[in-house]
Amino acid sequence: MSAIHPDEIMAGRLTGSGMPPPEMRRDPVTIDGTIIDDPSVRAPLVTGGLSFHDVTNAVCGYAENKPGKWWLPVFGFTSSVAGLGTFMILYLIITGVGVWGLNNRVDWAWDITNFVFWIGIGHAGTLISAILCLLKQKWRTSINRAAEAMTIFAVVCAATYPGIHVGRAWMAWMMFPIPNANGIWPNFRSPLLWDLFAVSTYGTVSLLFWYMGMIPDFATLRDRAALDLIKNPNSKTVLPFVQIRVAAVRAVVYGLLSMGWRFSHRHWHRYEKAYMLLAGISTPLVLSVHSIVSTDFATSVLPGWHTTIFPPYFVAGAIFGGFAMVLMLMIPSRELFPYMKNLITARHLENMAKIITVTGSMVGFAYSMEFFIAWYSGNEYELFAFTNRAFGPYWWAYWTMIFCNVVSPQLFWFKFARKSALWIFVVSAFVTVGMWFERFVIIVTSLHRTFLPGAWGMFFPTAVDILTFVGTLGIFTTLFLLFLRFLPVFAMSEVKNVMPQANPHHPMYGHGHHSESGGTGPHSESGATQKGGH
Amino acid sequence: MLKKKSHKVFKTESGERVFGIVAEFPNPAVLSHAAEKVRDGEYKKWDVYSPFPVHGMDEAMGLKRTGLPLLVAVAAFGMAGLGYLFQLYISDNVYPLTVQGKPNDAWEAFVPITFEFGVLGTAFSALFGMLVFNALPRFHHPLLKKERFLRASDDRFFICIEANDEKFDPANLRSMFQNAGATYIDLVAE
Repeated sequence: MSAIHPDEIMAGRLTGSGMPPPEMRRDPVTIDGTIIDDPSVRAPLVTGGLSFHDVTNAVCGYAENKPGKWWLPVFGFTSSVAGLGTFMILYLIITGVGVWGLNNRVDWAWDITNFVFWIGIGHAGTLISAILCLLKQKWRTSINRAAEAMTIFAVVCAATYPGIHVGRAWMAWMMFPIPNANGIWPNFRSPLLWDLFAVSTYGTVSLLFWYMGMIPDFATLRDRAALDLIKNPNSKTVLPFVQIRVAAVRAVVYGLLSMGWRFSHRHWHRYEKAYMLLAGISTPLVLSVHSIVSTDFATSVLPGWHTTIFPPYFVAGAIFGGFAMVLMLMIPSRELFPYMKNLITARHLENMAKIITVTGSMVGFAYSMEFFIAWYSGNEYELFAFTNRAFGPYWWAYWTMIFCNVVSPQLFWFKFARKSALWIFVVSAFVTVGMWFERFVIIVTSLHRTFLPGAWGMFFPTAVDILTFVGTLGIFTTLFLLFLRFLPVFAMSEVKNVMPQANPHHPMYGHGHHSESGGTGPHSESGATQKGGH
Repeated sequence: MLKKKSHKVFKTESGERVFGIVAEFPNPAVLSHAAEKVRDGEYKKWDVYSPFPVHGMDEAMGLKRTGLPLLVAVAAFGMAGLGYLFQLYISDNVYPLTVQGKPNDAWEAFVPITFEFGVLGTAFSALFGMLVFNALPRFHHPLLKKERFLRASDDRFFICIEANDEKFDPANLRSMFQNAGATYIDLVAE
């Protein structure tokens, strides 16, 4: 458990002796040396004694090398599913919303369920990149890039639904406050318009935040491509008969994306400030987005929707479901890509598992409060709506939700489950299913039995409903696979910054307190050769 | 009348104009000390290059705080104000629509969209303000032509003092960097 203390390997690697990273030692207690109970010992955020250069090699390697034999078949499968989903959307637009299972009673079902499901998933990415940044949680650095990518892709899937559920998709532009030929403007007092603004702002800001984080990493990829062009004059060309080299394409594309970043500290200074500003504004933004989404329901007079608990309850649920999705993406990724386990350690998974339990319990509390208020309010319609949820025709959906969201995350009170990637994956899968059912339960059970018994009905999804949803899963995974293949999957500059050797005052650099005036001569000489001791 | 500052024009061995002198350092600790020395030597046109923002480098370089937050504040509140006025103008003048008997100019319902406008203003001004203040995008730079310098994006640390600094003197700087623990020192062509 030489968590932060410079051991021999570290000192050797730092001086550039070029040893390969040692084999990971696994033991049943600390797993990879990061599950440490002693609060005075800081768990390492990067294991295996990786040097800065190793981190660069590993992360850039994902974008530069072929990702392994599994990638292409998986990509082929997910993109086919995405294509099927796109075909279903096309069919819907050509035919009309009648191809979905909507009816006069339940006129808003899977479309809005899937919208809320996807937009909620995105929230974990923003939580990791913004809120954990403000809270100075250093472990976020190795998961924030992938989580932000997930946010963008989830927003893409979510944004599909409002566009197509309006029925006449070619009129979707009328949702925007644009003057049109009829002189009609949208109603700014409607939560649906707030929702449009919240979601489009959220998508835009997430994209800007994600891109800004990647600028330095694009520059690293650009410089490596440039070095490759110099060092390997006969490297691979794009096609055997096209005399353009792959590295040249890479240098140009990543070069343009990097904006000419050159790692100047004067630039870093403003960059860090801009990053904090974006994190600062994304924090209230992410809390506002799902709050506003919840007002779509809460401002109506429908029993089951008309509750003031909705905004915080939706936000907690969004973070809960989002973290589950982050884990479902990261756990297989770290098995499939080399060195990813050194960057996403058992500790990272354990921390996320704890967040799952916390937010899951918050959601469970909200479920019980809803029931309590339904009884305590003395409102018979409210009480009926909730009794009907748990014991009416959709009882199975309700209890699936309770089991997946409230019961299954309690497993993480036990250490064996938090330490095992497999258990975390299984619970995350349950949570993802549960969070989908939560939205389904809220939306469909509240609509299917309203005030007039004569108007009661049921909702059954059609094949088009199901395949459209499966299609968005395909779009999501396809985009994520492309991200793993072509973009910097880790924020290299941030990961390097939380490694012990990044701290100029670390004991491994000797002469504990540096003196400003007496820094000449023998002092700096010893620093230059980088002795391990003091 | 514009007067060009009369500082010497330096040439590299191959006869090109010198952009500056660059020194490579092996780790952030040595880099910080070296930066402090350059700062204390009162150089003006210089910069530190590192693969990540090194802790405490702002002080080591003696940087002043950036004015970016001010720009962002102006953009955020400006956009929020515009967003509010936009909603008010449409709802009260262009297309008055009575909903639930509420006054057309009631401000409460305009809060969420006003906030979203403010967020958009913040995000765009933070990213693009940062780029503009940094004089980016700039796709060509003398340093980027130097092969060894490209490792700055990986695991090496550099200080570059530019030739248009009034106190620029290659011989002096070479010995200063050497004393500070530089592992490599060279002139950079323009």
